[in-house]
Amino acid sequence: MTDTMSEETPTEEQRPLGVYTRPKGGNGWRDWVTTVDHKKIGILYGAAALFFFIIGGIEALLIRLQLATPNGTVLGAEMYNQVFTMHGITMIFLAAMPLAAAFANYLIPLQIGARDVAFPRLNAMSFWVFLAGGIFINLSWLLGGAPDGGWFGYAPNSGIVFSPSVGMDFYAIGLQITGIASLVSAINLTVTILNMRAPGMTLFKMPVFTWMLFVVQLLLVFAMPVIAVALFLLMFSRQFGANFFNTEMGADPLLWQHLFWIFGHPEVYILILPSFGIISEVIPTFSRKPIFGYDFMVFSGIAIGFMGWGVWAHHMFASGIGPLSVAAFSISTMFIAVPTGVKILNWIATMWGGRVKFSAPMLFSVGVISMFTIGGLSGVTHALSPADTQQTDTYYVVAHFHYVIFGGIIFGLFAGLYFWWPKVFGHMLDEKMGKINFWVMLVGFNMTFGPMHVLGLQGMSRRIDTYSPGFGFEAWNMVATIGSFIIALSVLIFLINVVVSVKRAKGQPPCPPDPWDARSLEWITPNPTPEHNFDEIPTVESLDEFWHRKWGTDDEGQIVRVATAEEVCQDGTATGVHLPSPSYWPLIFAIGLPFLGLGLIFNLWLTLPGAILIVVSLYAWIFEPVDDPDGPHGEHHSDKEEVSQEASDV
Amino acid sequence: MSEETTTGLSHNKLAMWVFLGSECLLFGALISTYLLYRNKFYDGPAPGDIFDIPFTSVSSFVLLMSSLTMVLALSALQKGDIRNNRLWLLTTALLGAVFIGGQVYEFTTFIREGLGYTTSPFSSAFFTLTGFHGVHVSLGIVMIMSLLISSYRGKLTKKNTETVEIIGLYWHFVDVVWIIIFTVIYLVPNPTS
Amino acid sequence: MSTSETRTEDHEDHEDHEDHEHPSDQKYMQIALLLAVITAAEVATYFVHIGPALIPTLMVMMVVKFFIVAAWFMHLRFDSKMFTRFFVAGIVLAVSVYFIFLTVFEFWTKG
Repeated sequence: MTDTMSEETPTEEQRPLGVYTRPKGGNGWRDWVTTVDHKKIGILYGAAALFFFIIGGIEALLIRLQLATPNGTVLGAEMYNQVFTMHGITMIFLAAMPLAAAFANYLIPLQIGARDVAFPRLNAMSFWVFLAGGIFINLSWLLGGAPDGGWFGYAPNSGIVFSPSVGMDFYAIGLQITGIASLVSAINLTVTILNMRAPGMTLFKMPVFTWMLFVVQLLLVFAMPVIAVALFLLMFSRQFGANFFNTEMGADPLLWQHLFWIFGHPEVYILILPSFGIISEVIPTFSRKPIFGYDFMVFSGIAIGFMGWGVWAHHMFASGIGPLSVAAFSISTMFIAVPTGVKILNWIATMWGGRVKFSAPMLFSVGVISMFTIGGLSGVTHALSPADTQQTDTYYVVAHFHYVIFGGIIFGLFAGLYFWWPKVFGHMLDEKMGKINFWVMLVGFNMTFGPMHVLGLQGMSRRIDTYSPGFGFEAWNMVATIGSFIIALSVLIFLINVVVSVKRAKGQPPCPPDPWDARSLEWITPNPTPEHNFDEIPTVESLDEFWHRKWGTDDEGQIVRVATAEEVCQDGTATGVHLPSPSYWPLIFAIGLPFLGLGLIFNLWLTLPGAILIVVSLYAWIFEPVDDPDGPHGEHHSDKEEVSQEASDV
Repeated sequence: MSEETTTGLSHNKLAMWVFLGSECLLFGALISTYLLYRNKFYDGPAPGDIFDIPFTSVSSFVLLMSSLTMVLALSALQKGDIRNNRLWLLTTALLGAVFIGGQVYEFTTFIREGLGYTTSPFSSAFFTLTGFHGVHVSLGIVMIMSLLISSYRGKLTKKNTETVEIIGLYWHFVDVVWIIIFTVIYLVPNPTS
Repeated sequence: MSTSETRTEDHEDHEDHEDHEHPSDQKYMQIALLLAVITAAEVATYFVHIGPALIPTLMVMMVVKFFIVAAWFMHLRFDSKMFTRFFVAGIVLAVSVYFIFLTVFEFWTKG
């Protein structure tokens, strides 16, 4: 903990224990597994998230195949339970959250004018721990069955009596592991945003994206411990026979639901706010106007984050929590629609009177506004508890949250992928295919989830593996299944777009800076972003700093171009910028965790290698020299490589 | 650390405070779970039957005083007094170990008296809450021992005061959590069977 | 590290966190003594029955101890308000959320 805290110069005390040298940067896989560069970690997050997104998508297709016709036989009941549970877990914890983390990691340092995050090695650790957790949960498919109690894992259904396979153990431990990743990453980014802003970058000059991600990090900081406790209670109940949910002894299984949703509702905003942030960057850029009501945008985001803590029991209206609680949570839920409405209004007002250009990122953003509004409106119908009593556990709820999660989050993340692709990879994605991608996805999405409103109101209950003919469910289920394959097609179009664009860009010079006439600081760096980010840390004078460097007003108050993007952008040629050295230990620490989990489930001896890996990596991490002693040293001596405390706490 | 930060605060210390803010929610959930189940003792012993207040008072006092010795260790290092720094660090670790020893004794006594981990919702919640706290204390002891080892290797000097301060913050936090646990779990009159 | 050297012109939280004199060891001992006295009073309530005032008294003493440790031993009195903000945010959030949580379980009336 101590030695490396000092910034001893590498000449003296080169290798504190004589053995640990830091890996050198370089090319190939070794560079990727030891990297502490926030950009590479962002790309890793993105790649892993897209991989899990495809896995979760395949699970969704299996669900839809099973439900396409009455008395479906594609999956048995048991397999169906596992597939729908894993679909939820994968999409929420392994696809949507890490994809948001990809954007957060890549963009926050760039948007605030920093060269890296506050704790680069912890950042790497967050990614590897997340990946380890994701792989761990999916290992359950091979090791005795996947979790089958729903992503919400309601007690006592998740207990050993009703779910005797090891699936729910993988759930409890696996989500604990990904939770560690989220918490560490949240602390890291919180410190980064507060502490590493460029000169002049006050909090209220930060782009809305960074602001929304800041709110998300705070929500994670405070929400992750709650799910951690819930998962511990579940794990102890299953592993050690604790009686937290044992009704025979007077325990109350609603305890789980409360803890789960105290986390779960902030989690909803953890998922949606990154998407809100992304489209708050995209819409002004493509409307050629500043964001309407920046302050309102920021404060409504904060308000959503804050109020998100007071609405959790609206997930439990039908669980018998009493009329007073239902009334109170019903009211608070209706209130939270207000700041969300403010945001919708501001995006529309940003477009109003702008010279709107419907490029692919903008199309996806408009998709968010419209589809999320539909999901929000059906959400209001849930807030009305008498109506909710009818809708609970029907497909109406499934329709609602897919309009919010798919329509709000996935569309937003795709907007971000198209928007920042040139920033990250130095070439554009094909615009035409992007537009096709959007329209196919929009059609498929509405075909899949639109009919579920009807199915739900007709009384089709969710989570059932099949249904009998004659209830009028057949036609709409078939439509939904066809729609789901159209969504799959749209994702395929995206992947083909990536392949085609990468191929086309081969051998070509990187695309010019500022392809979209963008507004925020990340675009001041060339495409793709050089390893050191900024040649020179810019001094910030205004919101939309980059835009203001390109555009000014003439004597008549007309907006005129004062500089070309090429003049404003840095060329990325600075040398001698000192960057944090790569490290093996984050990865090795992360490898240890699944062994702990497997040991708890199968054989305690397995925890031994896990514990050794963790302890060794932590101490090696601590005693690792701050810098690679042989590394080059430039004028910018970056000491961001501090060992941080919580690494040894988690 | 020579890095200039926007707020003027060090990354490490800020990170620790954010982490402690997070920990409030963790212990809050555990304490609430316990409160919910404190009279769900099923067939087993009730909290009022089994808690040994005088004994726990002593170990609470020991933990409280370890906060004093921790802050004295920091104060010594700030003055560059390595010898006293080591002395107080060692004392802190020892007091922490006494507390943990007391907890082990308490747990074994309870088990002997018929309160196992699986006896009742109350017992599960009690052992989980105090166990989590005990794990936190133990981690603190490991960190303080690590500090001591590096001190004896000559690497804990005045310029590392912030490290000691940050570990101290963690230690004091664990102490304030016990202040709450001691009152809410032990001193508030408990149901008897 | 001394935070006073690391200030930059543009920092927004103009807290006084520089060059504060840390309390003397003597002061720390006095604080610890005060904590010990309060703890003794807490334990005394176990032996001396004080009727319906018991729980409020215990709560007040607990809160006082909590704040003394946070303010003095954790240096929040002297340190940046940013730290206090994060800690207080955690405490306030935890207290309010779990208060509602226990209320929904009718803990205060039936527990």
